[in-house]
Amino acid sequence: MKILPQTPVPNLSRRSLAAAFLAAVVVLSGCAKRDPSLPPGEPFDPYEQTNRQVHEFNRSLDRAVIRPAGKGYSNFLPDDIETVISRFADNLALPGAVVNNMLQGNMRGATEDTYRFVVNSTVGLGGMLDPATELGMPDATEADFGQTLHVWGVREGGYMELPLLGPSTERATAGMVVDLFTNPLSFVLESPENYYGTAASVSSGLSNRGRFSDTIDSILYDSADSYAQARSFYLQNREFKLGNGREDDYLDPYDDPYSTVPEDPYDQ
Amino acid sequence: MTSDLSRRRFIGVAVTSGATALLPGGAVALTDAKARALVDQVVADINAVISSGQSLSGMIREFERIFIRYADVNIIARSTLGADARRISASQMRVFVEAFRGYVARKYGKRFNEFVGGRIEVKGVREVKSWHEVRSMAYLRGEAPFEVSFLVSDRSGEDLFFDMVIEGVSLRLSERTEIGAMLDRNNGDFDAMISDLRRAG
Repeated sequence: MKILPQTPVPNLSRRSLAAAFLAAVVVLSGCAKRDPSLPPGEPFDPYEQTNRQVHEFNRSLDRAVIRPAGKGYSNFLPDDIETVISRFADNLALPGAVVNNMLQGNMRGATEDTYRFVVNSTVGLGGMLDPATELGMPDATEADFGQTLHVWGVREGGYMELPLLGPSTERATAGMVVDLFTNPLSFVLESPENYYGTAASVSSGLSNRGRFSDTIDSILYDSADSYAQARSFYLQNREFKLGNGREDDYLDPYDDPYSTVPEDPYDQ
Repeated sequence: MTSDLSRRRFIGVAVTSGATALLPGGAVALTDAKARALVDQVVADINAVISSGQSLSGMIREFERIFIRYADVNIIARSTLGADARRISASQMRVFVEAFRGYVARKYGKRFNEFVGGRIEVKGVREVKSWHEVRSMAYLRGEAPFEVSFLVSDRSGEDLFFDMVIEGVSLRLSERTEIGAMLDRNNGDFDAMISDLRRAG
Protein backbone atom coordinates (compact mmCIF):
# COMPACT_ATOMS: atom_id res chain seq x y z
CA MET A 1 0.00 0.00 0.00
CA LYS A 2 1.56 3.25 -1.13
CA ILE A 3 1.32 5.87 1.55
CA LEU A 4 2.59 8.94 -0.30
CA PRO A 5 1.40 10.09 -3.70
CA GLN A 6 3.95 10.86 -6.39
CA THR A 7 2.43 14.26 -7.05
CA PRO A 8 1.12 16.75 -4.49
CA VAL A 9 -2.62 16.81 -3.80
CA PRO A 10 -4.21 16.20 -7.19
CA ASN A 11 -6.18 18.98 -8.79
CA LEU A 12 -9.29 16.90 -9.04
CA SER A 13 -9.46 16.41 -5.26
CA ARG A 14 -8.94 20.09 -4.64
CA ARG A 15 -11.74 20.89 -7.03
CA SER A 16 -14.05 18.33 -5.45
CA LEU A 17 -13.19 19.73 -2.04
CA ALA A 18 -14.22 23.20 -3.17
CA ALA A 19 -17.38 21.75 -4.70
CA ALA A 20 -18.22 19.94 -1.47
CA PHE A 21 -17.85 23.09 0.60
CA LEU A 22 -19.93 25.03 -1.89
CA ALA A 23 -22.61 22.36 -1.77
CA ALA A 24 -22.54 22.41 2.01
CA VAL A 25 -22.89 26.19 2.12
CA VAL A 26 -25.83 26.04 -0.28
CA VAL A 27 -27.52 23.34 1.78
CA LEU A 28 -26.85 25.09 5.08
CA SER A 29 -28.22 28.43 3.98
CA GLY A 30 -31.35 26.45 3.20
CA CYS A 31 -31.54 24.68 6.60
CA ALA A 32 -35.11 25.16 7.75
CA LYS A 33 -35.68 27.08 10.96
CA ARG A 34 -37.51 25.33 13.77
CA ASP A 35 -40.99 26.66 14.40
CA PRO A 36 -40.80 28.29 17.86
CA SER A 37 -44.34 27.18 18.69
CA LEU A 38 -43.29 23.51 18.44
CA PRO A 39 -43.20 22.02 21.96
CA PRO A 40 -39.74 20.89 23.16
CA GLY A 41 -39.10 17.23 22.44
CA GLU A 42 -41.41 17.25 19.40
CA PRO A 43 -39.51 16.41 16.20
CA PHE A 44 -39.07 19.23 13.68
CA ASP A 45 -40.12 17.55 10.46
CA PRO A 46 -41.19 20.06 7.78
CA TYR A 47 -40.61 17.52 4.96
CA GLU A 48 -42.64 14.73 6.54
CA GLN A 49 -44.62 13.95 3.38
CA THR A 50 -41.53 13.43 1.19
CA ASN A 51 -39.70 11.71 4.02
CA ARG A 52 -42.50 9.18 4.41
CA GLN A 53 -42.27 8.32 0.71
CA VAL A 54 -38.52 7.79 1.03
CA HIS A 55 -39.17 5.71 4.14
CA GLU A 56 -41.51 3.42 2.22
CA PHE A 57 -38.84 3.04 -0.47
CA ASN A 58 -36.14 2.25 2.11
CA ARG A 59 -38.38 -0.23 3.85
CA SER A 60 -39.20 -2.15 0.70
CA LEU A 61 -35.53 -2.10 -0.29
CA ASP A 62 -34.58 -3.39 3.14
CA ARG A 63 -37.14 -6.15 2.98
CA ALA A 64 -36.17 -7.24 -0.54
CA VAL A 65 -32.39 -6.77 -0.55
CA ILE A 66 -30.59 -5.36 2.48
CA ARG A 67 -32.15 -7.48 5.21
CA PRO A 68 -31.60 -10.81 3.43
CA ALA A 69 -28.12 -9.69 2.30
CA GLY A 70 -27.23 -8.58 5.82
CA LYS A 71 -28.48 -11.83 7.32
CA GLY A 72 -26.76 -13.90 4.64
CA TYR A 73 -23.56 -11.93 5.06
CA SER A 74 -23.66 -12.25 8.81
CA ASN A 75 -24.42 -15.97 8.71
CA PHE A 76 -21.95 -16.66 5.93
CA LEU A 77 -18.94 -14.95 7.51
CA PRO A 78 -17.55 -16.11 10.84
CA ASP A 79 -18.04 -13.49 13.58
CA ASP A 80 -14.28 -12.99 13.89
CA ILE A 81 -13.94 -11.98 10.25
CA GLU A 82 -16.88 -9.59 10.58
CA THR A 83 -15.19 -8.01 13.58
CA VAL A 84 -11.94 -7.61 11.63
CA ILE A 85 -13.73 -5.90 8.73
CA SER A 86 -15.64 -3.51 10.95
CA ARG A 87 -12.45 -2.66 12.86
CA PHE A 88 -10.69 -2.00 9.58
CA ALA A 89 -13.50 0.36 8.53
CA ASP A 90 -13.48 2.08 11.95
CA ASN A 91 -9.73 2.59 11.76
CA LEU A 92 -9.92 4.19 8.31
CA ALA A 93 -12.52 6.62 9.64
CA LEU A 94 -10.09 7.95 12.27
CA PRO A 95 -8.11 10.47 10.16
CA GLY A 96 -11.38 12.17 9.18
CA ALA A 97 -12.39 12.28 12.85
CA VAL A 98 -9.01 13.85 13.74
CA VAL A 99 -9.62 16.65 11.23
CA ASN A 100 -13.11 17.25 12.58
CA ASN A 101 -11.87 17.29 16.18
CA MET A 102 -9.35 19.96 15.21
CA LEU A 103 -12.03 21.99 13.43
CA GLN A 104 -14.08 21.79 16.62
CA GLY A 105 -11.16 22.94 18.76
CA ASN A 106 -11.17 19.56 20.51
CA MET A 107 -7.40 19.04 20.59
CA ARG A 108 -7.68 16.32 23.19
CA GLY A 109 -10.02 14.30 20.97
CA ALA A 110 -7.73 14.91 17.98
CA THR A 111 -4.71 13.67 19.91
CA GLU A 112 -6.54 10.61 21.28
CA ASP A 113 -7.82 9.63 17.83
CA THR A 114 -4.34 10.14 16.34
CA TYR A 115 -2.75 7.84 18.93
CA ARG A 116 -5.49 5.29 18.36
CA PHE A 117 -4.90 5.43 14.59
CA VAL A 118 -1.13 5.10 14.98
CA VAL A 119 -1.36 2.18 17.42
CA ASN A 120 -4.03 0.27 15.52
CA SER A 121 -2.42 0.87 12.11
CA THR A 122 0.95 -0.44 13.28
CA VAL A 123 0.66 -2.87 16.19
CA GLY A 124 -2.91 -3.62 15.09
CA LEU A 125 -1.75 -4.66 11.60
CA GLY A 126 -3.42 -1.92 9.59
CA GLY A 127 -6.48 -1.75 11.82
CA MET A 128 -7.48 -5.41 11.71
CA LEU A 129 -6.85 -5.76 15.42
CA ASP A 130 -7.79 -3.25 18.09
CA PRO A 131 -4.87 -3.07 20.56
CA ALA A 132 -5.83 0.55 21.40
CA THR A 133 -8.97 -0.64 23.20
CA GLU A 134 -7.15 -3.55 24.81
CA LEU A 135 -4.55 -1.10 26.15
CA GLY A 136 -7.39 0.92 27.68
CA MET A 137 -6.91 3.94 25.41
CA PRO A 138 -9.88 6.35 25.23
CA ASP A 139 -12.73 5.36 22.89
CA ALA A 140 -12.79 6.78 19.37
CA THR A 141 -14.57 10.16 19.27
CA GLU A 142 -16.39 9.35 16.00
CA ALA A 143 -16.39 13.09 15.22
CA ASP A 144 -17.98 13.99 11.89
CA PHE A 145 -18.50 17.22 9.99
CA GLY A 146 -22.17 17.35 10.96
CA GLN A 147 -20.99 17.55 14.56
CA THR A 148 -18.45 20.22 13.59
CA LEU A 149 -21.28 22.28 12.11
CA HIS A 150 -23.19 21.83 15.38
CA VAL A 151 -20.16 23.11 17.33
CA TRP A 152 -19.94 26.06 14.95
CA GLY A 153 -23.51 26.95 15.81
CA VAL A 154 -25.23 25.91 12.58
CA ARG A 155 -28.84 24.99 13.33
CA GLU A 156 -29.93 21.38 12.92
CA GLY A 157 -32.58 22.05 10.29
CA GLY A 158 -35.41 19.67 9.51
CA TYR A 159 -35.42 15.89 9.85
CA MET A 160 -34.65 14.02 6.63
CA GLU A 161 -34.84 10.41 5.63
CA LEU A 162 -32.30 9.75 2.86
CA PRO A 163 -32.68 7.01 0.27
CA LEU A 164 -30.49 4.01 1.24
CA LEU A 165 -28.72 5.92 4.05
CA GLY A 166 -31.78 6.34 6.26
CA PRO A 167 -32.50 8.92 8.98
CA SER A 168 -30.60 12.22 9.02
CA THR A 169 -31.10 15.95 9.47
CA GLU A 170 -30.33 18.77 7.05
CA ARG A 171 -27.18 19.61 9.01
CA ALA A 172 -26.01 15.99 9.29
CA THR A 173 -26.58 15.47 5.55
CA ALA A 174 -24.47 18.51 4.65
CA GLY A 175 -21.79 17.17 7.00
CA MET A 176 -21.88 13.76 5.34
CA VAL A 177 -21.29 15.30 1.92
CA VAL A 178 -18.28 17.23 3.21
CA ASP A 179 -16.88 14.17 5.04
CA LEU A 180 -17.17 12.15 1.86
CA PHE A 181 -14.93 14.56 -0.05
CA THR A 182 -12.53 15.59 2.67
CA ASN A 183 -11.42 12.28 4.17
CA PRO A 184 -7.64 12.82 4.41
CA LEU A 185 -7.04 9.24 3.30
CA SER A 186 -8.52 9.94 -0.12
CA PHE A 187 -5.75 12.50 -0.67
CA VAL A 188 -2.99 10.16 0.38
CA LEU A 189 -4.15 6.87 -1.08
CA GLU A 190 -4.35 6.11 -4.76
CA SER A 191 -6.94 4.07 -6.56
CA PRO A 192 -7.85 1.30 -5.84
CA GLU A 193 -6.57 1.54 -2.24
CA ASN A 194 -8.81 4.51 -1.57
CA TYR A 195 -11.84 2.30 -2.19
CA TYR A 196 -10.87 -0.19 0.49
CA GLY A 197 -12.35 2.07 3.14
CA THR A 198 -15.63 2.43 1.26
CA ALA A 199 -15.83 -1.30 0.61
CA ALA A 200 -15.09 -1.99 4.27
CA SER A 201 -17.80 0.45 5.43
CA VAL A 202 -20.36 -1.13 3.12
CA SER A 203 -19.53 -4.62 4.41
CA SER A 204 -19.48 -3.34 7.95
CA GLY A 205 -22.91 -1.77 7.35
CA LEU A 206 -24.26 -5.07 6.03
CA SER A 207 -22.72 -6.87 8.94
CA ASN A 208 -24.46 -4.50 11.37
CA ARG A 209 -27.77 -5.06 9.57
CA GLY A 210 -27.29 -8.76 10.27
CA ARG A 211 -26.05 -8.42 13.82
CA PHE A 212 -28.53 -5.84 15.06
CA SER A 213 -31.30 -7.37 13.03
CA ASP A 214 -33.63 -7.70 16.04
CA THR A 215 -33.43 -4.00 16.91
CA ILE A 216 -33.82 -2.86 13.30
CA ASP A 217 -36.61 -5.35 12.61
CA SER A 218 -38.50 -4.19 15.68
CA ILE A 219 -38.36 -0.59 14.46
CA LEU A 220 -39.08 -1.24 10.79
CA TYR A 221 -41.56 -4.10 10.95
CA ASP A 222 -43.01 -4.41 14.45
CA SER A 223 -43.89 -0.82 15.30
CA ALA A 224 -47.23 0.84 14.73
CA ASP A 225 -45.61 3.67 12.75
CA SER A 226 -42.11 2.67 11.67
CA TYR A 227 -41.39 6.11 10.21
CA ALA A 228 -42.13 7.93 13.48
CA GLN A 229 -40.24 5.31 15.51
CA ALA A 230 -37.12 5.50 13.30
CA ARG A 231 -37.25 9.30 13.49
CA SER A 232 -37.56 9.26 17.28
CA PHE A 233 -34.67 6.78 17.64
CA TYR A 234 -32.40 8.72 15.31
CA LEU A 235 -33.02 12.17 16.78
CA GLN A 236 -32.62 11.01 20.38
CA ASN A 237 -29.43 9.10 19.61
CA ARG A 238 -28.00 11.92 17.48
CA GLU A 239 -28.54 14.39 20.33
CA PHE A 240 -26.73 11.99 22.64
CA LYS A 241 -23.78 11.62 20.25
CA LEU A 242 -23.49 15.38 19.84
CA GLY A 243 -22.95 15.42 23.57
CA ASN A 244 -25.90 17.68 24.33
CA GLY A 245 -27.43 17.29 27.72
CA ARG A 246 -31.00 16.40 26.92
CA GLU A 247 -32.10 17.93 30.19
CA ASP A 248 -33.69 21.02 28.63
CA ASP A 249 -36.02 19.02 26.45
CA TYR A 250 -36.58 16.19 28.87
CA LEU A 251 -39.51 16.96 31.17
CA ASP A 252 -40.14 15.30 34.50
CA PRO A 253 -43.17 13.06 33.89
CA TYR A 254 -44.33 13.80 37.44
CA ASP A 255 -44.73 17.44 36.34
CA ASP A 256 -46.55 16.41 33.20
CA PRO A 257 -49.26 18.97 32.49
CA TYR A 258 -51.37 16.11 31.14
CA SER A 259 -51.48 14.37 34.47
CA THR A 260 -54.15 16.80 35.69
CA VAL A 261 -56.68 14.03 35.33
CA PRO A 262 -59.48 13.50 37.84
CA GLU A 263 -57.63 10.71 39.56
CA ASP A 264 -54.10 10.60 40.89
CA PRO A 265 -52.59 7.21 39.92
CA TYR A 266 -51.25 6.89 43.45
CA ASP A 267 -54.73 7.26 44.98
CA GLN A 268 -55.96 4.08 43.39
CA MET B 1 -32.93 40.16 75.20
CA THR B 2 -30.97 36.95 75.51
CA SER B 3 -33.92 35.08 76.91
CA ASP B 4 -36.10 36.45 74.11
CA LEU B 5 -33.65 35.23 71.48
CA SER B 6 -33.30 31.79 72.95
CA ARG B 7 -37.06 31.48 73.33
CA ARG B 8 -37.49 32.39 69.68
CA ARG B 9 -34.84 29.94 68.73
CA PHE B 10 -36.48 27.27 70.83
CA ILE B 11 -39.77 27.87 69.01
CA GLY B 12 -37.96 27.78 65.69
CA VAL B 13 -36.34 24.47 66.47
CA ALA B 14 -39.62 23.02 67.71
CA VAL B 15 -41.45 24.11 64.52
CA THR B 16 -38.75 22.77 62.26
CA SER B 17 -38.55 19.40 63.92
CA GLY B 18 -42.34 19.19 63.99
CA ALA B 19 -42.48 19.91 60.27
CA THR B 20 -39.84 17.28 59.59
CA ALA B 21 -41.80 14.73 61.55
CA LEU B 22 -45.01 15.61 59.69
CA LEU B 23 -43.51 15.44 56.22
CA PRO B 24 -42.87 11.84 55.30
CA GLY B 25 -39.80 11.65 53.09
CA GLY B 26 -38.66 15.11 54.08
CA ALA B 27 -35.90 13.69 56.24
CA VAL B 28 -35.16 10.77 53.95
CA ALA B 29 -35.16 12.56 50.58
CA LEU B 30 -33.71 10.69 47.62
CA THR B 31 -29.94 11.02 47.55
CA ASP B 32 -27.38 9.97 44.97
CA ALA B 33 -26.50 7.05 47.22
CA LYS B 34 -30.10 5.84 47.46
CA ALA B 35 -30.69 6.20 43.72
CA ARG B 36 -27.55 4.24 43.09
CA ALA B 37 -28.54 1.55 45.58
CA LEU B 38 -31.83 1.05 43.71
CA VAL B 39 -30.08 0.68 40.35
CA ASP B 40 -27.40 -1.58 41.87
CA GLN B 41 -30.27 -3.84 42.91
CA VAL B 42 -31.92 -3.67 39.44
CA VAL B 43 -28.61 -4.42 37.74
CA ALA B 44 -27.86 -7.30 40.12
CA ASP B 45 -31.29 -8.79 39.33
CA ILE B 46 -30.81 -8.31 35.58
CA ASN B 47 -27.32 -9.86 35.68
CA ALA B 48 -28.75 -12.81 37.60
CA VAL B 49 -31.37 -13.34 34.87
CA ILE B 50 -28.75 -13.04 32.13
CA SER B 51 -26.56 -15.71 33.69
CA SER B 52 -29.41 -17.99 34.83
CA GLY B 53 -29.54 -19.77 31.47
CA GLN B 54 -33.32 -20.14 31.59
CA SER B 55 -35.73 -20.24 28.65
CA LEU B 56 -36.89 -17.12 26.82
CA SER B 57 -40.37 -17.21 28.36
CA GLY B 58 -38.74 -17.56 31.77
CA MET B 59 -36.59 -14.50 31.11
CA ILE B 60 -39.62 -12.48 29.98
CA ARG B 61 -41.42 -13.39 33.24
CA GLU B 62 -38.35 -12.41 35.26
CA PHE B 63 -38.08 -9.12 33.41
CA GLU B 64 -41.72 -8.30 34.14
CA ARG B 65 -41.10 -9.02 37.82
CA ILE B 66 -38.07 -6.66 37.86
CA PHE B 67 -40.05 -4.00 36.00
CA ILE B 68 -42.98 -4.13 38.44
CA ARG B 69 -40.74 -4.10 41.49
CA TYR B 70 -38.31 -1.31 40.61
CA ALA B 71 -40.01 0.83 37.94
CA ASP B 72 -42.88 3.27 38.32
CA VAL B 73 -45.05 1.55 35.73
CA ASN B 74 -48.01 3.85 36.47
CA ILE B 75 -46.21 7.05 35.60
CA ILE B 76 -44.42 5.53 32.59
CA ALA B 77 -47.68 4.21 31.15
CA ARG B 78 -49.59 7.42 31.86
CA SER B 79 -46.92 9.63 30.31
CA THR B 80 -46.90 7.60 27.08
CA LEU B 81 -50.47 8.80 26.52
CA GLY B 82 -49.42 12.46 26.38
CA ALA B 83 -52.36 14.85 26.12
CA ASP B 84 -54.72 11.90 25.63
CA ALA B 85 -54.26 11.01 29.31
CA ARG B 86 -56.87 13.73 29.96
CA ARG B 87 -59.65 11.84 28.20
CA ILE B 88 -59.05 8.32 29.51
CA SER B 89 -61.36 7.03 32.24
CA ALA B 90 -60.00 5.67 35.52
CA SER B 91 -61.05 2.11 34.70
CA GLN B 92 -59.59 2.26 31.19
CA MET B 93 -56.39 3.58 32.74
CA ARG B 94 -56.16 0.59 35.07
CA VAL B 95 -56.58 -1.82 32.16
CA PHE B 96 -54.12 0.17 30.07
CA VAL B 97 -51.40 0.15 32.75
CA GLU B 98 -51.75 -3.61 33.11
CA ALA B 99 -51.63 -4.21 29.32
CA PHE B 100 -48.67 -1.84 29.02
CA ARG B 101 -46.76 -3.77 31.67
CA GLY B 102 -47.10 -7.05 29.79
CA TYR B 103 -46.26 -5.38 26.49
CA VAL B 104 -43.02 -3.85 27.84
CA ALA B 105 -42.05 -7.17 29.43
CA ARG B 106 -42.54 -9.07 26.15
CA LYS B 107 -40.91 -6.45 23.95
CA TYR B 108 -37.81 -5.86 26.06
CA GLY B 109 -37.67 -9.21 27.83
CA LYS B 110 -37.20 -11.11 24.59
CA ARG B 111 -34.09 -9.01 23.91
CA PHE B 112 -32.43 -10.56 26.96
CA ASN B 113 -31.09 -13.22 24.61
CA GLU B 114 -28.61 -10.67 23.28
CA PHE B 115 -27.36 -10.05 26.81
CA VAL B 116 -26.52 -13.66 27.55
CA GLY B 117 -22.81 -13.86 28.35
CA GLY B 118 -22.69 -10.11 28.99
CA ARG B 119 -23.03 -7.90 32.05
CA ILE B 120 -24.04 -4.40 33.17
CA GLU B 121 -21.91 -2.25 35.49
CA VAL B 122 -23.07 0.85 37.37
CA LYS B 123 -20.61 3.70 36.73
CA GLY B 124 -21.90 6.83 38.43
CA VAL B 125 -24.81 8.96 39.53
CA ARG B 126 -25.72 12.65 39.29
CA GLU B 127 -28.67 14.84 40.13
CA VAL B 128 -30.55 16.25 37.13
CA LYS B 129 -33.40 18.70 37.65
CA SER B 130 -35.85 16.85 39.94
CA TRP B 131 -34.47 13.34 39.47
CA HIS B 132 -31.26 11.30 39.72
CA GLU B 133 -29.55 9.78 36.73
CA VAL B 134 -27.65 6.56 37.35
CA ARG B 135 -25.27 5.80 34.50
CA SER B 136 -24.21 2.25 33.70
CA MET B 137 -22.39 0.49 30.90
CA ALA B 138 -23.51 -2.70 29.18
CA TYR B 139 -20.74 -5.05 28.06
CA LEU B 140 -22.04 -7.52 25.51
CA ARG B 141 -20.06 -10.27 23.88
CA GLY B 142 -18.30 -9.11 20.71
CA GLU B 143 -19.74 -5.61 20.78
CA ALA B 144 -18.54 -2.17 21.78
CA PRO B 145 -19.82 -1.30 25.28
CA PHE B 146 -22.82 1.03 25.35
CA GLU B 147 -24.37 3.34 27.90
CA VAL B 148 -27.59 2.54 29.77
CA SER B 149 -28.97 5.17 32.19
CA PHE B 150 -31.75 4.79 34.72
CA LEU B 151 -33.71 7.87 35.81
CA VAL B 152 -34.78 7.54 39.44
CA SER B 153 -37.32 9.60 41.38
CA ASP B 154 -39.02 9.38 44.76
CA ARG B 155 -41.98 11.54 43.76
CA SER B 156 -44.30 8.54 43.81
CA GLY B 157 -43.46 8.13 47.52
CA GLU B 158 -41.07 5.31 46.75
CA ASP B 159 -37.63 5.22 45.11
CA LEU B 160 -38.39 3.92 41.60
CA PHE B 161 -36.98 4.40 38.13
CA PHE B 162 -39.24 6.07 35.54
CA ASP B 163 -37.09 5.71 32.45
CA MET B 164 -34.29 3.65 30.98
CA VAL B 165 -32.14 5.41 28.39
CA ILE B 166 -29.92 3.39 26.02
CA GLU B 167 -27.33 5.48 24.13
CA GLY B 168 -29.58 8.50 24.48
CA VAL B 169 -32.74 6.66 23.40
CA SER B 170 -35.41 6.83 26.11
CA LEU B 171 -37.74 3.87 26.59
CA ARG B 172 -40.49 6.19 27.81
CA LEU B 173 -40.25 8.65 24.90
CA SER B 174 -39.97 5.87 22.31
CA GLU B 175 -43.03 4.15 23.75
CA ARG B 176 -44.85 7.47 23.72
CA THR B 177 -44.32 7.57 19.94
CA GLU B 178 -45.48 3.96 19.70
CA ILE B 179 -48.58 4.29 21.87
CA GLY B 180 -49.44 7.57 20.09
CA ALA B 181 -49.25 5.77 16.72
CA MET B 182 -51.42 2.89 18.00
CA LEU B 183 -53.99 5.35 19.26
CA ASP B 184 -53.99 7.21 15.91
CA ARG B 185 -54.40 3.94 14.05
CA ASN B 186 -57.51 3.26 16.14
CA ASN B 187 -58.87 6.79 15.71
CA GLY B 188 -58.31 7.61 19.37
CA ASP B 189 -60.30 4.62 20.69
CA PHE B 190 -58.63 3.54 23.96
CA ASP B 191 -60.25 0.11 24.15
CA ALA B 192 -59.15 -0.78 20.61
CA MET B 193 -55.64 0.53 21.30
CA ILE B 194 -55.45 -1.55 24.49
CA SER B 195 -56.46 -4.72 22.65
CA ASP B 196 -53.74 -3.97 20.04
CA LEU B 197 -51.28 -3.50 22.87
CA ARG B 198 -52.10 -6.93 24.30
CA ARG B 199 -51.06 -8.53 21.00
CA ALA B 200 -47.97 -6.35 20.43
CA GLY B 201 -44.43 -6.76 21.68
